[in-house]
Amino acid sequence: MRVLKEMLRQPAALFGLVVVALVVVMAIAAPWIAPFDPDNQMFDGLSLEGAPLPPGGQFLLGTDTLGRDLFSRLLYGARTSLVIGLVANGIAVAIGLLVGIVAGYLKGFASNVLMRFTDLMMAFPALLLAIVLAALLRPSLWIVAMVIALVNWVQVARIVYTETRGLSERDFIMAERSLGAGHLRVLFMHILPHLVPTAIVWGTLGIATTVLLEATLSFLGIGVQPPQPSWGNIIFESQSYFQAAPWLVFFPGIVILLTALSFNLVGDALRDILDPTQRGRN
Amino acid sequence: MFLVLRRLAQAFLILLGVAAITFVLLYALPADPARMIAGRSATAQTVANIRHELGLDQPLLLQFWHYLTNLLSGNLGRSYAQKTDVWTLIVARLPATLTLMLAGILVEVILGLTLGTIAAIRRGGFVDRLVMMASFVGVSAPQFVVALLLLYVFAVTLGWFPMSGYGTLAHVVLPATTLGVLGAGWYARMVRSAMIDVLNQDYVRTARAKGLSSRRIIFRHALPNAILPIIAMIGIDIGQFMGGVVVVEAVYGWPGIGQLAWQAIQQVDIPIIMGVTLTSALAIVIGNLIADLIAPVIDPRIRTR
Repeated sequence: MRVLKEMLRQPAALFGLVVVALVVVMAIAAPWIAPFDPDNQMFDGLSLEGAPLPPGGQFLLGTDTLGRDLFSRLLYGARTSLVIGLVANGIAVAIGLLVGIVAGYLKGFASNVLMRFTDLMMAFPALLLAIVLAALLRPSLWIVAMVIALVNWVQVARIVYTETRGLSERDFIMAERSLGAGHLRVLFMHILPHLVPTAIVWGTLGIATTVLLEATLSFLGIGVQPPQPSWGNIIFESQSYFQAAPWLVFFPGIVILLTALSFNLVGDALRDILDPTQRGRN
Repeated sequence: MFLVLRRLAQAFLILLGVAAITFVLLYALPADPARMIAGRSATAQTVANIRHELGLDQPLLLQFWHYLTNLLSGNLGRSYAQKTDVWTLIVARLPATLTLMLAGILVEVILGLTLGTIAAIRRGGFVDRLVMMASFVGVSAPQFVVALLLLYVFAVTLGWFPMSGYGTLAHVVLPATTLGVLGAGWYARMVRSAMIDVLNQDYVRTARAKGLSSRRIIFRHALPNAILPIIAMIGIDIGQFMGGVVVVEAVYGWPGIGQLAWQAIQQVDIPIIMGVTLTSALAIVIGNLIADLIAPVIDPRIRTR
């Protein structure tokens, strides 16, 4: 409640919250809001010469090269982006938490191995790795989500690691241990709760990264496959046509930008609010 | 000296790890290079022959061992599709990519430093908010959308820059800007917070009390210290760039290693994919190494640690 109240007071965070809420509504209510079937290649969706129709008139944001309604496709695309955002990022945060907490709490060999492994992952060009994996596997929504999760967990792991290291040296953990609490109890009852803010912040910021990554993969044609609409593959399908029909790049581009921006704004505000050490720095 | 050697050893181990993981990933994936080369209508026998020729029928560990021993003698193998030495292919493409990356780094550092410094000086004011918002937009903008928008505005509509290609300064501007916008957002934020920290330090207050002009304080006293985190960032940034390069080179038809990789990925040309991944990892490792080694030279405070 306090968090929400503080967020409503900052204009940037408020803007982010509103857009995020809008995108969620778009995704959930797509079947009821969409004026047309997103996959329907309509005869009157193309001009007499067979070109896509510009925005305005019967089709709010115009139509694509196959005569499908762009607005309806964008609405359904929100589903794709959010599903991948939640699933991929959820998995990434879970892996990151697990690796980070274990490596941070255990000392010695196991911890070293885990952290050297994250060093290794940091040396991987993430986007290149994602592109290679997505292209060589048969692309689908779930594969894309897996690939993104596989690439994105590293940063969370490193942050959680540092925090766990700090926490496990604090007196109250020592006290718990000397009272006879087992490692699992300490990890889950005493350390994990302190990491919840971190998980929330990175969970939110990570959705922005994920949405961008999904859009990029789909734009390259190796992400979510048409006809299933995704904001990235809408641009992929029409990029060779974009000089004649710039709205086909412009609208999905704006939607991707606004969504990523909003998740970043909300995540950033959450970090300021949830992390007391960050407070007052702005 | 000891530190340098240890860092070098670490870098070497990391590269070895990257090679191992990439190798296993590429060969464990369902895409079959032999079938790709043979074509759709090939018989099973032809595919088997090609597989044997490429050594793909040997156990994975043995293949990896061959790859590693070749690698250590500087041989990255031969491209399946182009029948050429991978190293030659990469070297031929490297100048284009390096040009693009350097130009991109220039764009992001100049933009980031300027915007970040202005925001820090005007802290809390309208300009500061504007810059911070703009930096968020830069960070959240997908590179392919930025690329297509820049193309539409500056190449198609205004005709200031060529649509695609390589060779003159005019060709570099749009791709480098595309690559730099993302980083500029991060840099602006980092420079701003570093500047604010520095401007609150006692020595800056002393400089002010001495009656120095604020320009002198900012450029001579504050900025050099605020730049430190940026230098570390540039090293790390190279990794970000290597991925972005694939997208940017694809959109602008820039003949660099990103394009090489993209073609190779579509043809399941594993030696090239391996080669480019390793080159990228090498660039990242070198970037980090330089950042680590330069930091104590610039900042004496780190030296004692």
